[in-house]
Amino acid sequence: MIDYQSLRFDYHRHADQDAATPAHHPVVIVGAGPVGLTLAIDLALRQVPVVLLDNDNTLSSGSRAICFAKRSLEVFDRLGCGDRMVDKGVSWSVGKVFFHDEQVYRFDLLPEPGHERPAFINLQQYYVEGYLVERAAALPLIDLRWNNKVTGIEQRDDGAVLTVETPEGNYQLAAGYVAACDGSRSNLRQLLGQEAKGRIFRDRFLIADITMDAPLPTERRFWFDPSFHPGQSVLLHKQADGMWRVDFQLGWDADPVEERKPEHITPRVRALLDSIGFANVQFQIGWASVYTFACQRMERFRHGRVLFAGDSAHGVSPFGARGANSGVQDADNLAWKLAAVLKGDAPDALLDSYASEREYAADENIRHSTRATDFITPKSEVSRLFRDAVLELTKRHAFARTLVNSGRLSVPAVLRDSPLNTVDADAFKGAMVPGAAAADAPTVRADGSTGWLLRECHGQQFTALVFGAGEAAERSAQVLKACDAPLHIVRVQGTTAEGELATQRYDAQPGTVYLLRPDQHVCARWRQPTPTNIRAAIDRALARA
Amino acid sequence: MTKQALITTPNLEASDDFYEALIEAHQGLSTEESHAFNARLVLVLANHIGSLAVLRDAFEAARGS
Repeated sequence: MIDYQSLRFDYHRHADQDAATPAHHPVVIVGAGPVGLTLAIDLALRQVPVVLLDNDNTLSSGSRAICFAKRSLEVFDRLGCGDRMVDKGVSWSVGKVFFHDEQVYRFDLLPEPGHERPAFINLQQYYVEGYLVERAAALPLIDLRWNNKVTGIEQRDDGAVLTVETPEGNYQLAAGYVAACDGSRSNLRQLLGQEAKGRIFRDRFLIADITMDAPLPTERRFWFDPSFHPGQSVLLHKQADGMWRVDFQLGWDADPVEERKPEHITPRVRALLDSIGFANVQFQIGWASVYTFACQRMERFRHGRVLFAGDSAHGVSPFGARGANSGVQDADNLAWKLAAVLKGDAPDALLDSYASEREYAADENIRHSTRATDFITPKSEVSRLFRDAVLELTKRHAFARTLVNSGRLSVPAVLRDSPLNTVDADAFKGAMVPGAAAADAPTVRADGSTGWLLRECHGQQFTALVFGAGEAAERSAQVLKACDAPLHIVRVQGTTAEGELATQRYDAQPGTVYLLRPDQHVCARWRQPTPTNIRAAIDRALARA
Repeated sequence: MTKQALITTPNLEASDDFYEALIEAHQGLSTEESHAFNARLVLVLANHIGSLAVLRDAFEAARGS
């Protein structure tokens, strides 16, 4: 078994380091974390060669981002490595919230059947990165360079020139586009004189990986003011390999160096386990960290030829699992657009929509994260008064439970106002509005075999879903063929009870057509489209309109 | 459907009885306990009202602007 935590990757000297003039590459990605790796793989699968630079030669130190959401898994599926993650990870959808020592609230993030992927898996970040690195290694178009640290950037009209530091000295690289996926302390952001602005929270949290053999369910458990850690909050969550994540709120005055020491962590974990009925369970402490956080973002995610994605562009508190998951969505959004621009299928302006769509999504994530943080760590006396009032009321009144906020967990942003959407001309109900990430559902193919809708939409191009059978559906299918656009056409028949779910989720009738972008977001839909409708919608979604 | 509006004209069934009951409800509570009671009361009433627009109007009315 590979120990991804201690894995080291070799630095290799590249011919670019000896080039007389900087070698030119269409895309250089800075940072081989979950976001940079996702972007690199997605681009390579779209036939775009990528140079991926990482400033060290290791994967994530410690478990860090452990909760990977359904949408991220669907992206990883598209990239060809979702199965490994789900097989290794711990699938979950239920969360329980306790006040004092009593359960006051329970939520199920995926209460309906008919989805291939669970609401979440918990998997240590080093596994996610390790699996992505191995996937990237199978793609010859990815040139991953370890121990390559960017120390300078010069922007030009047609690209940027990067200065890269290696164990064997500096060299320069020319890039058509640069993706800055270099994390919350982004070097590139500083080099461009930009900053992320927002709210910094005055509170400290201890986070630790605990290995133990405890027969606890895989649900997320969150305590407000429990007897074993009075006045503060605690989170307990299972990861792969019998490892558990514990997160203790400590308050602003806690000493971050002292609290990280095992002799201070042990009694906290012991008190927690004793309190929940595992007095005899032994445990080992692994990686631990004391963290603070801020909810902040850059004002603009695009600066000329540099596109910021993931933590470099935006930061949130960890309580909604909206950090890594929103970064994966950034990559998902950016990859197809970069590929379309580089192939000449779309103008450079398409990349402006990357920035505007993901800035909108970041605002949504920050809003949810800030609200959860205000509930978990109230910032004023009156804020704490209302928080405690809510928790007190939960014991007797169901309405108060909906106000309890221990984190609203990551779901993909609905890009409702995106300029790439075609406004509905026909009436539709339900959640699959233009801008929404396409919902999964079971599918039944013409030959009777079964599959999953999103698996069918893995084309490199736009996908058209044609619903139903009979004359109306045939007419729509003919129209799609006739419009002579590069489209991946998927027929969705609703002939079985399970197959019906897709029809319901998309509020479809026979002949209904949904147009999905290459990142599986809905961009247009019709009851009975014409070739002109479809061509216009594709033009709009590629910023050619 | 017309937008619900905050009622600021007299609407209480028995205003003096209500006021007496409100003060009565705080009997025996310390100032701190009264604040906590009021916070719970606001939440209970807010849930009863339901409409965010009405509640926002109520915040405005209470703020005195």
